[in-house]
Amino acid sequence: MAGFIIRRLIQSVFVMLAVSLLAFALFRFVGDPVAVMVGQETSIEDQDRLREQLGLNDPVITQYTRFVANLVRGEFGFSFRTRQPIGEMILQRMPATLELGFVSLMISLFVGIPAGIYTALRNDGVLANSILIVTLIGVSIPTFVIGIFLIYIFGVQLGWLPTFGRGDVVEIGWWKTNFLTLGGLRALILPALTLGVYQLTLTMRLVRSEMQDVMNTDFIKFAIARGIDYRTVHYRHALRNSMVPVVTIIGLQFGGIIAFSIVTESVFQWPGMGLLFLDSIRYVDIPVMSVYLVIIALIFVVINLVVDILYFVIDPRVRLKPEGG
Amino acid sequence: MLAYWRRIKIENEMLYLFLNNRVAQVAAVIAILSVFGALFAPIIAPTDPYDLASFDILDSFLPPAWVDQGDPRFLIGTDDQGRDLLSSIMYGTRLSLLVGLSSVAFAAVLGTSLGLAAGYIGGRFDAAVMRIADVQLSLPAILTALLVDGVARGILPREQHEDLLLVVLTVAIGLSLWVNFARTARASTFVERNKEYVQAAEIMGLHPVRIMAVAILPNILGPLMVIGTIDLAVAILLEATLSFLGVGVPPNQPSLGTLIRIGTEYIFSGEWWIVIFPSMTLIIMIVSVNILGDFFRTVLNPRLR
Repeated sequence: MAGFIIRRLIQSVFVMLAVSLLAFALFRFVGDPVAVMVGQETSIEDQDRLREQLGLNDPVITQYTRFVANLVRGEFGFSFRTRQPIGEMILQRMPATLELGFVSLMISLFVGIPAGIYTALRNDGVLANSILIVTLIGVSIPTFVIGIFLIYIFGVQLGWLPTFGRGDVVEIGWWKTNFLTLGGLRALILPALTLGVYQLTLTMRLVRSEMQDVMNTDFIKFAIARGIDYRTVHYRHALRNSMVPVVTIIGLQFGGIIAFSIVTESVFQWPGMGLLFLDSIRYVDIPVMSVYLVIIALIFVVINLVVDILYFVIDPRVRLKPEGG
Repeated sequence: MLAYWRRIKIENEMLYLFLNNRVAQVAAVIAILSVFGALFAPIIAPTDPYDLASFDILDSFLPPAWVDQGDPRFLIGTDDQGRDLLSSIMYGTRLSLLVGLSSVAFAAVLGTSLGLAAGYIGGRFDAAVMRIADVQLSLPAILTALLVDGVARGILPREQHEDLLLVVLTVAIGLSLWVNFARTARASTFVERNKEYVQAAEIMGLHPVRIMAVAILPNILGPLMVIGTIDLAVAILLEATLSFLGVGVPPNQPSLGTLIRIGTEYIFSGEWWIVIFPSMTLIIMIVSVNILGDFFRTVLNPRLR
């Protein structure tokens, strides 16, 4: 167990180093940092002095080491565009994205898993088939189109829900939350649905195929042959065995949700990290781009690590294979 | 020879299954129609949306022809500039398909060659490719595509960036999709590598590149084809998303995503057709490609049947 975790940890550190190298290259070689920071009137000598001060004349290895050290210490530098510290900017935006992602994940799990079980058990029912068709369409509709349709139906035609921004938020320390006011919760509904629908279809299809696979195995057939009632077979034997891959997917989904929140945030003007990233691309704000890259990669790597360890705990087969990892 | 016969058989089987699958047939017809419409857009489209002289601002915001105030000249209405929406959609589909196909082709060539080489050579090269793939997988496709586009903006001068937008877009989408091809090609190559025909080719002293390209590649094409179809849907979706976010194709050559973005500005004022028709086109196209992908997967994987 310890060996496995250490191996995975080393692997994660490697991935993070690679990503930080990418981020560093982005930061250092895309455009000239000095030219962006100073005005046009600054003399060449002043520019050179600034270059020296920032350490841009040091060997690249030294610069990279310093870059990583700064990242580890949480010093992310300043945005070219707003001149604010990037760490602060991202921290300010993070709660919005995390809350949106959390609600979407809940939608995806609490609707997707039951629907998946249902369609796996009722292979030919009318309802099961219509759920399947709906999900196939759901996979094919781009996130932003879902958002636009929801805005058109619930915002424009019916006028029930807000379609713009976060609504009323309550501040708890630096964390602004949507969960404590009615207005905030109402503002959360459409974006969360938009983000959740696609993930929901993925969850459902995965649970369905896993469940079907397990239902075809010998031990289930044997359990049925033994005369155990179907409810026990379905929910005690089959469901438990099909849940292992679902754990993985839940982890990966949260990463996917964070990534796709870029799109959703743009549709609903939701002031989260995704919107910040989009702005940084539009205005070629390289430092923000590279820090965002590192943070997203960190979230992914941590999730993957946790999922792998969970897998190890849940599924004995992984433990028995020495090279499984 | 054996591989040849096996392929013929699968082709027949595929035809048989296809003739018995209504949904796949409908999807194929839609896919062919979209390709046809896109390919011949300059000939069959009523107007040329890129030609400034062909539209009139006085015609802007006309609803579809069957609605009151609709104009029979514009079957499904006009946009904010007075362009015929049907023509814009045809040209937009053309652009979406072009970017989709070329980025999948780019990803397929890159991913397959890396995966094939990794599986065949093994050792350190394999480990290196797989680690790069791991890093790539830790970044979601949309993020990779956005990053590549952002970097291109930083590196290329402004005018050049506008000219190269389509290339940048293709590379951006292609780079986010190659891992699937690489992993699949590698896994299949591992299986094929130890088979007798590969050993025979090795004993004959053929060059490794030739063994990979001529001997192994044809035998691992099946699963790669499935990935290609599924990824085509993903690529079209990514292109639409990037254009929607405003970092994709040039604004004077609207793709479906651009049209949808323009349309969203008018849903609050009631001009629904500008956003609905491009969206429907996009959805129908992606659904049909996905159905075809599903069909290929079922055909090539007997366990699913």
